[in-house]
Parts: sequence; C-alpha cells; structure tokens
Amino acid sequence: MLSYIAKRLLLLFPLLLGITLISFVVIHLAPGEPTDLQTQLNPQASSELQDRLRAEYGLDQPLYVQYGKWLSRLVRLDFGESFATDRRPVLDKVLERLPVTILLNLLSIILILAVSVPLGIISAVQRNSGFDRITTILVFTGFAMPSFWLALLLMDWFGVRLGILPISGLKSLGYEYLSWGGQLLDRINHLILPVFVSAIGGLAGFSRYMRSNMLEVIRQDYILTARAKGLSERTVIYKHALRNALLPVITILGLSVPGLIGGSVIFETIFAIPGMGKLFYDGVMMRDYPLIMGILVMGAVLTLFGNLLADICYALADPRIRHSHQGGRSS
Amino acid sequence: MKQTFCYKFLYFTVIVLLLGGCNNSNETSHPGVVEALTPEFGDTFIEASIGDASTLLPVLASDSASSSINGLIYNGLVRYDKNLQIEGELAESWDISADNLTITFHLRKGVTWHDGAPFTSADVKFNYQLYIDPKTPTAYAESFKQVTGVETPDPYTFVAHYDKSYAPALMSWATAIHPRHLLEGKEITKSSLARKPVGTGPYRFVEWVGGEKIVLESNPDYFEGQPYIKRVVYRIIPDVSTQFLELQTGSLDFMGLSPLQFDRQTDTPAFRRLYNKYRYLTFSYTYLGYNLRRPLFQDKRVRQALSYAINKQELIDGVLLGYGSVATGPYKPDTWVYNGAVPKYSYNPDKARELLAAAGWEDTDNNGILDKDGKELAFTIVTNQGNDLRSKTGEIIQRRFKRIGVAVNLRIIEWATFLKEFINPGNFDATILGWSGGPEPDQYNIWHSSKTGPRELNFIGFKNSEVDRLLEEGRRVFDLQQRKVYYDRFQEILAEEQPYTFLYVGEALPAVSKRFRGVKPAPAGIRYNFNQWFVPKAEQKYAR
Repeated sequence: MLSYIAKRLLLLFPLLLGITLISFVVIHLAPGEPTDLQTQLNPQASSELQDRLRAEYGLDQPLYVQYGKWLSRLVRLDFGESFATDRRPVLDKVLERLPVTILLNLLSIILILAVSVPLGIISAVQRNSGFDRITTILVFTGFAMPSFWLALLLMDWFGVRLGILPISGLKSLGYEYLSWGGQLLDRINHLILPVFVSAIGGLAGFSRYMRSNMLEVIRQDYILTARAKGLSERTVIYKHALRNALLPVITILGLSVPGLIGGSVIFETIFAIPGMGKLFYDGVMMRDYPLIMGILVMGAVLTLFGNLLADICYALADPRIRHSHQGGRSS
Repeated sequence: MKQTFCYKFLYFTVIVLLLGGCNNSNETSHPGVVEALTPEFGDTFIEASIGDASTLLPVLASDSASSSINGLIYNGLVRYDKNLQIEGELAESWDISADNLTITFHLRKGVTWHDGAPFTSADVKFNYQLYIDPKTPTAYAESFKQVTGVETPDPYTFVAHYDKSYAPALMSWATAIHPRHLLEGKEITKSSLARKPVGTGPYRFVEWVGGEKIVLESNPDYFEGQPYIKRVVYRIIPDVSTQFLELQTGSLDFMGLSPLQFDRQTDTPAFRRLYNKYRYLTFSYTYLGYNLRRPLFQDKRVRQALSYAINKQELIDGVLLGYGSVATGPYKPDTWVYNGAVPKYSYNPDKARELLAAAGWEDTDNNGILDKDGKELAFTIVTNQGNDLRSKTGEIIQRRFKRIGVAVNLRIIEWATFLKEFINPGNFDATILGWSGGPEPDQYNIWHSSKTGPRELNFIGFKNSEVDRLLEEGRRVFDLQQRKVYYDRFQEILAEEQPYTFLYVGEALPAVSKRFRGVKPAPAGIRYNFNQWFVPKAEQKYAR
C-alpha cells in the first residue's frame, strides 16, 4: 500500500510539469497581451510606455525564457506578481478570495449530500412511485434551469418583493456594529441564496447517481440473502444496501476537491461575491498570465491530489481493491 | 443646450405644484427640488461599481473605478467648474506669461495631507518629476513632457516653463498631486499607498476589502470645508441586474441607468418615491470609422454615400431609446467648440445611391448588390464584444446599407483579440467604436497624420495636411475665440471628408436617492458639487 502511494506521488511531478507547460503555451497563444489592454486606445498613453511595460513584465523575451523564469520561481513556491496595475503577489490575491470560495463550496456540497442521498435512496426503494417521478421532474428542472436566471428571480422575490433576504454581497453595511449573534445571522442571511442556487444544479446529478447505485445494489445476491434471512426491510436497506451504494460517493467527493477552490463566474458575478471564479475570469480577460498560471497550477495540484485521495480512500473502504493491490505486489 | 431639466424651486407648502409641473418632458422626474433647508452633516452615500479599483495611486490608474475614487481622495492644481471653465483647486490663482510659455501657480496656503503634513510647491515639483520619470508606467506623461523646466521660488509658488505655446498645458495640471514625503525615493509601483492612499482631497481613505467594497470618510480639515456626507462606500457589484435590484430595495444611493432601465423599468411610483432621475449628454460619441488604407474607402463619395445611408435618428431611437443626440463631429453639441453649421448628412438613401453611382458603383448583374469592375461593394464591420449598444448599432446599419445595395458583414470580437488582430495591424474594413473626451478640444492624437503608426490612435489612417496644420495651431493658442476658428474649420473638413460617420452622443442617466439634497445639474453633470450634497437630519439613514 505504501509503495503504491509513493509511486503515485512520484508520478504526480512529471504530470504536473506537463500540465504547466501546456497551460503556459496555450495561454500565450491567445491573442492580445496585458500591455495592449492597459494602454491601448488611451489617448494619453504613448507607444514607449507600452514597450517599457513589456520589458518590465518580461514579455519581450522568448516564450521558453519566460516559462523557465516562471518555473524556477514556482519551485520555490513563488507564484510571482500579478500583471494588473496593482502588481500584488498572486498568492495574496488568491488567499484573499479563497476562504469565501471554500466556505460556499463546502456548504453547497454538504447541502447537496444532505438532500440528494436520502432523495436517491427513497427514489430507488420506491422505484416508479409517484414520489420517484415527482423528484425526477423537480431535480431535472433544477438542473436545466440557468443558474443566473434562477438567482435573479430569487433575488427579486426574496430581496425586492418580500424584502426578507439581502440581495448581494457577504455582509451588511453596518456589520461591524452588530452583536456577535447579529453578525452570525447577517452572514447566514447573505449565504442562503448563493448556497441554494449553487447547490440546485448539483442535486440532479448526485441524486440520480445515488438512485442508480442503490438500484444496482438492491439487485445483488447478498441483498437477496439478507432478505431471505428474514431481516427487516429497514435493516436490509440501511445497513446492507446503503453502505455499498455509498462507496462510489468517495470518488465523487475526491473529484470535487479541486472544485472547492474553483468558483463560478456567473454566480459570483450575480451575487457580488468576491470569489475565485471572478478572479480567474478577470485574469483571463486582462491576460494576467501569472495570475492565470497560479490558479491553474493550484487547481491542477488539487485535482491530482483529489484523485489520489479518492483512490486511497477507496482502497481503504473496499476490501476487494485493497486485496487486489496486495495480490499485485506478491505476483 | 436643449433644456432637458425642469427646475422648480419649491417649498414644502407648495409641493402640490409638482403634480402639474415639469410638462416639457414626461420622462424626467423632478430634480433640483430645493427645500428651505440648511445643510447638515452625516449619513453615508453608497454607490456600486462593476469592477474593483486597480490602484489608488492616480499616476498608475487608468480604469474608471479607480479614477472615481481617486477623484475624492486627491486634488489637482486646477479643475473644471460646473460650467466647464477652469478654476483653481490646490492653486488659488495662476498667471500665464504674455508669450504663453510660462505658467505661474500661486498655491493655497494651509493645505495639509491626510496625515497632517503640509502641502507645498515641493510636492508639485515632485509630481512633475514622477510623471515624466521613465520608470513610472503612467499613461499621463505626454502633456508633462512638453514642460521644459519647473521652479519653486517659495513654498507657495510653482512655475512651469514651456518652449512651445501649448493650450492644453494649464488643464494638464488638473492631474492628481501625490504626497512627496511618502513617495520620494521609493519605487512607485511597489508603494503601499496604492492600497492605502494619502491625498489632500475631501475624503480620506478608510478601508478596501478586495472585490467587495472601498470605504471613504469625509476630511474634517478639507481646505474648502468638510463635506456634508460623512461616508462614501463603493460596493463592487459586477452585475448590472444585481445593481438594479439593490437600487430597487434602496440599498444603493446612486446608479447610472441604461436607457431601458431609465425609460421602462423605473417609471413606478415606488421608484419615484425613492429616487430622482437626471439626464444629460456625455462627452463620448459612437462612430463608424472607415479604414482609409482600403481602396474602397479612398473615394470620398463612397464614405459620404454611406453616411447618407445611415439613419442616425433611427439609431438613437432604437439603440438608446431616444436618450442621445445626433453626432456631427468629434465634439459634444452643447460645448463652445461645437460647430453646428457643418453638413449633417440626414438620412437620404437616394442621395447615397447617386453618390455611389457617380463613383462608378452600379448593380450590373441585378443581384441587389452594387458592383464595379466585377467586384461587389461588400465589406465587414468589426466591433468589440460586450458592448450591446455597438452590436445593435451594427445590425441596424447593416440593414440600411443593404437597402442601397451595399453588403455588410458584422463581426463581434473579444476585446483583446479585437485590438491585437484587427485594430493594431489595421486589419479591418470599418469599425464601430467610441471616443470619450472632455472639455479640452485638442484632437491631435486622433486625427494628426503623425499618429497613424501601429498602436496609435489614428488607426483609420486619416491624413490631411490642412487638418494637421489646424490641429497644430489649435493647441498653440490659448484664446478660446481664436481656437474656435481653427476647430470650426477642422470640423468642416471632417464633415466633408467623412472619415468616420459620426453616429450619436449618448446621455448619462443617473438615479440619485431623494435623501440627497443640493444636487444641481449643470453642464459638468451632477457630481461636480458632491461636497455640497447633504441629507436632512430627519432623513439620515446610516447613523455611523
């Protein structure tokens, strides 16, 4: 097991290098440079200014030199400075946005799990019942609905018409002057709509997934055996079937690790939440290469680790996989 | 200026008059209602910005979010007053020598920076050096490069010398002045002041939460007196629909509305109870520019024909819902420099066909598209993505051109690609773009033949020796009467040549919360006297 993990870890490095190389090249293939955008069509900016900026950013050097310099800073965990006018370190910019993004994504995943797991189980157990059909329609409606549209409708309804929830942002204006409880309530109020809207799209996929897993498991012989033993239906479903049906969830959770730092541009824009999605999007539009690369690298690392983690957890949870690896080692 | 506002000076007792008043225009509300109230201090002004500021050092900033915040934190030596006349700000007065080559500024005494340090002529000198320093990546160096030398004979006198008479010189000193004692000897791009600015202006910096908000507080020591509104909060709300929803709940005090919002979505009693709406022309116009390097557009008659084929009023009605004016040249119609006597190219498709026929374009194969020497009269209009008004304008123009037998393709391209692949290399037939200017009429960078190089602003390649001479003369004389002679002729030539079809000038359509009094629309807009805006004690909404 340990040597398996070590091998997987070692394999990460060339993979990561390849990812950075491809990303770097692709980003520079996009036409337009950050300096164009900062100076172009500004009646005051001169051509020399643009040349000076290019030299300062190192954009006048060949691409492989730029990549080498960037890589040599990266191995020292230095993501460089943003090309935006503020020239702040990429890491600062990312760290500023990270807590909100992670909080929202965590809450959203928790909400998705809390709703879709029971939903999936009940739909599977009562397959083709009225409940199953109605939930199917509902979750697919949620899935198909454009999130920005739903968000605007909810904001208009709860924020403007009913006036019970804040429309955008993370805190109210007088937040600093609220009591401890008031601050908490204010935070929660601001999170209700964003978390709901970001979860609604995920519900469909996850609950359908859960349902089909469960259906698969229920058909297995050991469930038949459990039933034949005379166990109650409750025990059969929740003790024997559920555990097995939950196994693939590990994979999905592992895959959602990089999603924790990724945000959605549309959704952050609508709710005026300063998250990673908007940061990345603005970076791309401004051709802010260090920022784009920084976020891509972090995303890539998390994706790779998420996969690794899922595989390891899988092995720990599922004796069949654990044993097959041990078998592999002995042969 | 067309009277777009209806002023009624009313008192509480006669407010009934409001119901019947203002009948010259049904879409304007009732701005400028001034009650007999003495200004009171307090309350917070909240507005939203679609983008975060980039830096609060004005020398480095070129985005509008940064500029509007910097405008409250910093001062220049001079500024435009409400009638767009130059008046002193940090300078109390100034003298211009008889040969126009020396400007002597007499600075205000007793002005302090937000940290308490005194403001002196050494600060001004430092700023001049800062702007022209090759290591400073600023977009504002150009006008300071005309300066040949500066002097500071005493702490309250600053002298700038020029070797050529340069009319925009005086107004170039409206550029923000940064604190010398905090910046001297440091690298400007690494300064912490970019996120924690210190100025001399009416508002002091309080906090900046990245991507969320920027908070300013009134400066009790401001040299023109403490502003009445205590705090100003800029919330960053990237989506305009969200901004509009926030406005409807009353959480925003100011928003620039779109024509659609102004016309259709704010005409409710609830909205009118909360906000006053204003409208005035902006200093920006939209145009269709022809690439004069293309053989097709080298014939003046073709350009004139295309201008006749466009119905400008239709564009204003369709795209701006009527909130705009026809543009006939690069200047705003209600300014002193505007020449109203130039040909207007009113919609006339017959004239357009005649001109094209005279230029040799005829539909010989009866396919609906004009041709000449076997080539069809077809071209592509490019414009940038993300500007809905421009793409709609393009579609309407496309249809109008088709009527006179001109086939037009419309391509909408992402901004960075648009600049890099199309505008910079001159790789386009025609483009729909806009220019934003100001009261200064100098158009040297956009129309002079020396500015046709790569990455320069005369990217359509307009070359006219008389225009060159007029632009050179126009920026050399200070006297407005004399300048007007040059710029009137300049506008005549542009009208005759039609290198652009000047389309329309848009209107600013702000909504301001009714709590705020003292808003007085003027040629400069409404924000020029922000420091005098106030909220009566009884209506103040934010206690802290």
